Formats: sequence, C-alpha cells, structure tokens
Amino acid sequence: MSEPPNPPKIQLNGVRKAFGQKVVLDGIDYTLDEGESLVVIGGSGTGKSVLLKCILGILKPDAGSIRIDGEETVGVRGEEREKHLQKIGMLFQGSALFDSLPVWQNVAFRLIQGQGMERKEAKEIALGKLAQVGLAAPVAELYPAELSGGMQKRVALARAIASEPEIIFFDEPTTGLDPIMADVINDLIVASVRKLGATTISITHDMASARKIATKIAMIHGGRFIWAGDAKDIDRSGNAYVDQFIHGRAEGPIQMAVRRP
Amino acid sequence: MIGILAAIGRAFLEGLAALGRLVMFAGTALGHMVRPPFYPRLIGRQMIEIGYFSLPVVALTTLFSGMVLALQSYTGFARFSAEGAIATVVVLSMTRELAPVLAGLMVAGRIGAAMAAEIGTMRVTEQIDALTVLSTDPYKYLVVPRLIAGATMLPLLVLIGDILGVFGGYLVAIYKLDFNAAAYLRRTADYLEFMDVVSGLVKASVFGFLVALTGCYHGYNSKGGAQGVGQATTNAVVSASILILVFNYIITELFFAK
Ligand SMILES: Nc1ncnc2c1ncn2[C@@H]1O[C@H](COP(=O)(O)OP(=O)(O)OP(=O)(O)O)[C@@H](O)[C@H]1O
Ligand SMILES: [Mg+2]
Repeated sequence: MSEPPNPPKIQLNGVRKAFGQKVVLDGIDYTLDEGESLVVIGGSGTGKSVLLKCILGILKPDAGSIRIDGEETVGVRGEEREKHLQKIGMLFQGSALFDSLPVWQNVAFRLIQGQGMERKEAKEIALGKLAQVGLAAPVAELYPAELSGGMQKRVALARAIASEPEIIFFDEPTTGLDPIMADVINDLIVASVRKLGATTISITHDMASARKIATKIAMIHGGRFIWAGDAKDIDRSGNAYVDQFIHGRAEGPIQMAVRRP
Repeated sequence: MIGILAAIGRAFLEGLAALGRLVMFAGTALGHMVRPPFYPRLIGRQMIEIGYFSLPVVALTTLFSGMVLALQSYTGFARFSAEGAIATVVVLSMTRELAPVLAGLMVAGRIGAAMAAEIGTMRVTEQIDALTVLSTDPYKYLVVPRLIAGATMLPLLVLIGDILGVFGGYLVAIYKLDFNAAAYLRRTADYLEFMDVVSGLVKASVFGFLVALTGCYHGYNSKGGAQGVGQATTNAVVSASILILVFNYIITELFFAK
C-alpha cells in the first residue's frame, strides 16, 4: 500500500491530556485538509488552548497521535521538531509578546532569529505586517507594555503571520477588540489565509467571527469533539449542545457550575 | 521520634531531588552553550547588566570591608603586638575570601533575583512558549547568555573589589592608624602570592555561574502568576547564597588544603 499523494495537513488521533486527576482532552479525533480553516468553539476551560499547545508540542499529550503532513509529531525532538514548528505560526491567547523588545522586533522575531534575515529587511516586512493590522509606523518603536490590550492582540497577529507560515493557529484573535476592529481582524485572517493558502485552526467565542473565518467548525465539550462539520451546517447541526452554544443560552444540556441566586 | 526522623529523611531526599533537577538543568544549558546559534548581542547585554550595573554595590561593599578589616585586625592584633601584620591580613582576606564571597552574595541578591523575576514572568505570560514556537531555543536565547555573562563578569568585579578592598585597608591604616605608607604597601605586596588572587577569581567565576544558574532555573520553572514569580525570586536568592557558601569551602579546600 502506498501513501496517498497528499496526506491531510493535520491529523489528530485519540489525543488525550490530563493534568493530574483532571482529564482535559479525552480522545480528540480530527482530520484537517490543506487550505481548510477550522474554528473550534466550546466553553471556557474545556481545553481549547491545551489542544493547540499539544499540536505545537509545548504540552506533551498523554496518548494519541498528532500528524502534520503525515508525519508524527508527538515525542519528536530537536531538528525534527524544529521542522514542524517552522511551518506554524501562533497567536497566543494572552498575546505573549516579548516585553523586552520593541513592537517591530517582536513581529520580525522569527525572521531575524530563526531565519537570519538582515535586520533592515526584516523591519521593512514587520512594518508592512503592522500596517496590515492597522498599526502605523510610530507604534513599531513602542514596547508592548505601552500598548492597549487590543493593540497587543494586533501585534501578536502580525507576529503570527509575519513569516508566512503554512499553518496558523489563532487563539481568540478578536477577544478584547471593539466590534469594528474585530471585523477588520476577521477580514485580515480570511485574506491572509487566502493569500498564503494557509491551513488554520482558530479558537473563538465570537460566533460572528466563527462564521466569517471558518470552513469547518468543531465543538469541544467534555474533552471530545461532540460535533464537527462544515461551517455552513452549524445552524442545522441537530445537536443540542451546539445550539445552546451558538445562541448563547443559559438553559440547555451544558450546565455552568454557578449558583443561581 | 520516628516521625522526626522520617521528616528529616523526607526533607533530605527532597533536597537531593531538587539538586538533581538543578544539575540536569545545568547540563542541558551547557550542552546548548557549545552548539550554535549563538547570541553575542544578548551576551553583551547581560554582561553590561551584571558587570557594569553591579559595580557600585560591589565597590562599596569591598571598600568598606577592607576598611573595617584593617580597623578590626589592628585593635585585635595590638593585644599581642602584631599590628605590623594587618597589611598582610587585609590583602589575603580580601583576595582569597571576602571579595569573591561578598561580591557573589551581593550579585545573588541583585542579579539572581532579577533573572528569576524576568524569566519567571516570561514563563507565566507564555513568552517562553512563544520563543519555542518562533523557532528559538529558550535555553540558547535566555539561559546561555546569562551563564556566560555571570561566569565572566564576576571575576572582573572581584578583581576591582580586591583593589578597592586593599585600598580601603590602606586608607584606614595610613590616615587613622598612622602607618607608614611605603612600609604598608611593601608588606601588602611581600606576602601576596599569585595563587591568592587566582583562587579568588576562580571562586568568582564559579559563583557568577551559580548565581545565573539558580536565577534562570527558578525563573524557568516558576508556576502560577505573580505569586509564583515572587516565590521563584526568593528561591533563586536563597539557593544561590547557600551554593556560594558551600562551593566557597570546596574551592578553598581544592586550592589550599595540603
Ligand atoms: N499547565 C497547566 N497545568 C495544569 N492545568 C492546566 C494547564 N493548562 C491548562 N490547564 C487546565 O486545563 C483546562 C483547559 O484549559 P484551556 O486553557 O485549554 O481552556 P480553554 O478552553 O482555552 O478556555 P478559555 O476559553 O477560557 O481560554 C483548564 O481547566 C485549566 O485549568
Ligand atoms: Mg484558551
């Protein structure tokens, strides 16, 4: 039997991750083809960020397999791992900007440190990416601590796309932005994905954003994908959990652990 | 009784395990030190941070130690008419013992704490994860430059400290105790051996390495938010200080025990 010519971009099989007694991911299976944009929705604390970190190899899954371009990534180290990481860009939920470096060096970080590009050339590119996310040149010289939360998010987005990776993860790219800027960011994500032909996984609580970015949607609950399908089918999923989530209702199968007054 | 022994045993094992983790961390860092990429720019920045900015505190400490040493040994030695030995006492104590240990402890408080806080903050705000994702090894980028800077800059500080310590002793001897300047300087030089200075500088290099190592280690492994970073900072200073005192004995033994 020979390998098919184009293995799926990202393939998850039975991915499990627990912290001590607490099981966060309990067997995630999913196959994402090249050029698709998956949006993962789900309640707070259901393990969405943990899932991305497992794919990146920042966290090591307890069991299961994660393949990128058909190659196993779980447990690989050194150059092998480096090869996978080079394909991936990530927007961290908390931005995770380097606060010892000015904004433009944050954006150009991988170009300078990872690819050894000339600082001048890298700065040009960084300024271009910053302009794309609506940040003018003077901002490039500021330090992350001098920016508002929304501006930090946009810098983090510029950093994630700066090296034009094949795979991009967006962990809540629009949380904390005003609705107009959120829509600009959504457009930007869609545009850069189309331009780069990138495969993306995004996490969001914002259904408007999900509808705009996604070609595929999956909902995580109880450590599993309880529903996954095409984005256009989200409104007729026939799944009570999904319906409750997309309509934002307190009543339904998902019970929040809060005391009602 | 058994309970107490068990508690002591547990604490001892816990200490050994912690030491083992520190040694593993050091081993990994040293492995990265010899493999590219290297970050000369970051090494330079850390050298300035450790060397230049620690200079005032090290200078003050060693100067006053030299002064008080001269005063103390004078009043003590006068009891058996050995005042003449104070030049020798000052220079030997400063170069072999006081300058490296005091500078080490001062730098542990200043630099070790700052390293733990900075790297700890990077850990809890996911900046270290971001480094990895951006194809940069955190050991090479964060730890190695600090270790190199620590091991090279502390000897330099201690050399300056040696000179200032002797100078402090000289000031007190000449202006307060009415010694003859030329005679004092001759006695300072006469009994000083090359090895005295070298042993102090070797100590300094080891201490500088240890301060940077514990600072990076505790920062790198910090957990939780601001509280975790605070804890890491305290642990870094305490463990650096203990290691400095222990290694001070070991190195002295290696150099001078017959
Ligand atoms: N390093 C860690 N150590 C221990 N527990 C962790 C760790 N990281 C995450 N967790 C736990 O895993 C669970 C899932 O966390 P995760 O950050 O993935 O949630 P999330 O789905 O991204 O939520 P949100 O939408 O609020 O960002 C949480 O209960 C969290 O407490
Ligand atoms: Mg999250």
